[in-house]
Amino acid sequence: MNARNILTVYGKELRDSLRDRRTLVSMILIPLLMIPGIMMVAVGVSARVMSKARAEVPSVMLLGDGDSPAVHAALAANRRIRLVPAAPDWRQRIADKQLRAAVELPPGFDAALARGAAAEVKIYDYEGELRSGFAVGELRTFFNEYRQRTVAARLAARGLPAELIRPFEVRTENVAPPEKVGGNLVGGLIPYLVILLCFTGAMYPAMDLTAGEKERGTMETILCSPVARGDLVLGKFLMVLTASLATGLISLISSGATFLARGLVMGGAPAARALPGLPAIDPAGLLLVLVMVVPVAVLFCAVLLAVSLYAKSIKEASSYASPMIILIIVPAMMGLLPGLELNARLALVPILNLALVSKELVSGVYHWPYLALIFGSTCLYAAAALAFCVRMFNREDVLFRV
Amino acid sequence: MIEARQLTKVFQDRKRGEIRAVDGVSFTCRPGQIYGLLGANGAGKTTTLRLLATLLRPTAGGASVAGFDVTAEPGRVRANVGFLATSTALYGRLTARETLTYFGRLHGLADAVIAARVERLADELGMREFLDRRVEKYSTGMKQKTSIARTLVHDPAVSIFDEPTVGLDVMTARNIVRFVRDRRDRGKTVIYSTHVMSEVEKLCDVVGIIHRGRLVAEGTVEQLRARYGEPDMEEIFVRAVGGEEAP
Repeated sequence: MNARNILTVYGKELRDSLRDRRTLVSMILIPLLMIPGIMMVAVGVSARVMSKARAEVPSVMLLGDGDSPAVHAALAANRRIRLVPAAPDWRQRIADKQLRAAVELPPGFDAALARGAAAEVKIYDYEGELRSGFAVGELRTFFNEYRQRTVAARLAARGLPAELIRPFEVRTENVAPPEKVGGNLVGGLIPYLVILLCFTGAMYPAMDLTAGEKERGTMETILCSPVARGDLVLGKFLMVLTASLATGLISLISSGATFLARGLVMGGAPAARALPGLPAIDPAGLLLVLVMVVPVAVLFCAVLLAVSLYAKSIKEASSYASPMIILIIVPAMMGLLPGLELNARLALVPILNLALVSKELVSGVYHWPYLALIFGSTCLYAAAALAFCVRMFNREDVLFRV
Repeated sequence: MIEARQLTKVFQDRKRGEIRAVDGVSFTCRPGQIYGLLGANGAGKTTTLRLLATLLRPTAGGASVAGFDVTAEPGRVRANVGFLATSTALYGRLTARETLTYFGRLHGLADAVIAARVERLADELGMREFLDRRVEKYSTGMKQKTSIARTLVHDPAVSIFDEPTVGLDVMTARNIVRFVRDRRDRGKTVIYSTHVMSEVEKLCDVVGIIHRGRLVAEGTVEQLRARYGEPDMEEIFVRAVGGEEAP
């Protein structure tokens, strides 16, 4: 191995790539804009949709209230819902989103309450529809309060205290650190995007430096120089790794900047402040994610280089490399699944282990034995992939495939 | 000096089975000599040249180039060879100067030596006006000059040119032929493969005709004329390969 030759090849590939608009777009522009874009658009749009939906006073229809003027009057007085006159096509109106929900009272509802009999109220909604859900929420709140008032009146009539039917209260309080809350919410998403971008960042340069060179006829030119094939592949590999890590780093920086811009990166900020917009994350954990990404990036680059080298053209290389995105996305997405926790066996599954541990890292949780196991095993996979790649560069049936 | 000894290359093809692209080719090319390799498309010329440039490994037989064995010391062979083929293209996003500097460094030359060589080659090949422009903007002639300069930046003892004048205008082709002759006059060993018979007559000291992987005729132009009783090289070539193929 000749370090001077490796650096010479690397330097040339770097210069060449930096002059290529396509590499710059995949290496810098996409990661720079993608995460803030996704975060801003996703959070912004969902917040706007939610606030708009919340601002709307849902229209509700009351059915079977002919003999129950008391509950009708109470519901009509509620400013958080808009009572519309009853109509026979209420089901169709709910389906058409003109009506958010309907309430059906049993015959003689008011009278049943007055004599202390049990009665059932039915709420019809359009399940899964946000505004219909809000209407149901308002109706439940209304009927809960109405029930409590009825119970309180009945108890008072019998001279009994209200605590009789409410002997204790239940309250929940969050003890997880704010980073943990944020980590669980988006902790999976950031590493998922970083892993994906590391792969896509390596994809184009890997294809360009191998199949692209074959296509353009420059592969044979470089092969007739005295540089050893091993040095050549390492120089090219370093370039692809640079692109991959640059993409990952830029995506991390841009996600950090996105959180900073919202003033939400943790520094003791309470979760309550973090939660309304973007959740809080641990910046040190975010940096550790990058360290853990390095061997995975090596693995990606070596595999992509070897696969692309086999291809005769960028088009062919692309047809091999593109389906590999699925192989990356599936384990990375599995890391997003709630309830899937890191264990010694999962720590050996490449990509999934990184996705799982990253979720913990951005939450501020550091399992050092797992971190060591994941780093070590991924380094081994990466070394094997790199050795395979060097082997491919020494096969003339691969280099001169016809 | 180039010595090919029963050089053989066999490819395995899934559909066509075993293909003997080069089959027991032997020849010698001495310093100060241009060896012309003639052959139709698919005759085995390019494979022979790739074997000599160590891009491919021989299946059997062997060769020594500039005193080094192509199988045992491929790196040292490449350090002493300048290989130019239609399939050896240039990096479009680099300038000619950057290209020459890159290959000079890969040959282990110091930057000062490279800089001096670049200046000299730019003058000799008439590259000065486009030396610092990106290759992607070049004409075919400019690219070919840069390619030739690329093969010579390390001043190799052996030059292998595979159809260097293909697609060039008359003036650029003449310029390149003159340059190849100049290499020979400086005592370098040159192998020159071409389809242009006038170039063979003008340039080559020894001619080898290759057909279906085998060297079917070899000698000086005069010797071949005497052997086939024909003054015209094209006719000699057709007769050496066993006549014209049926249309």
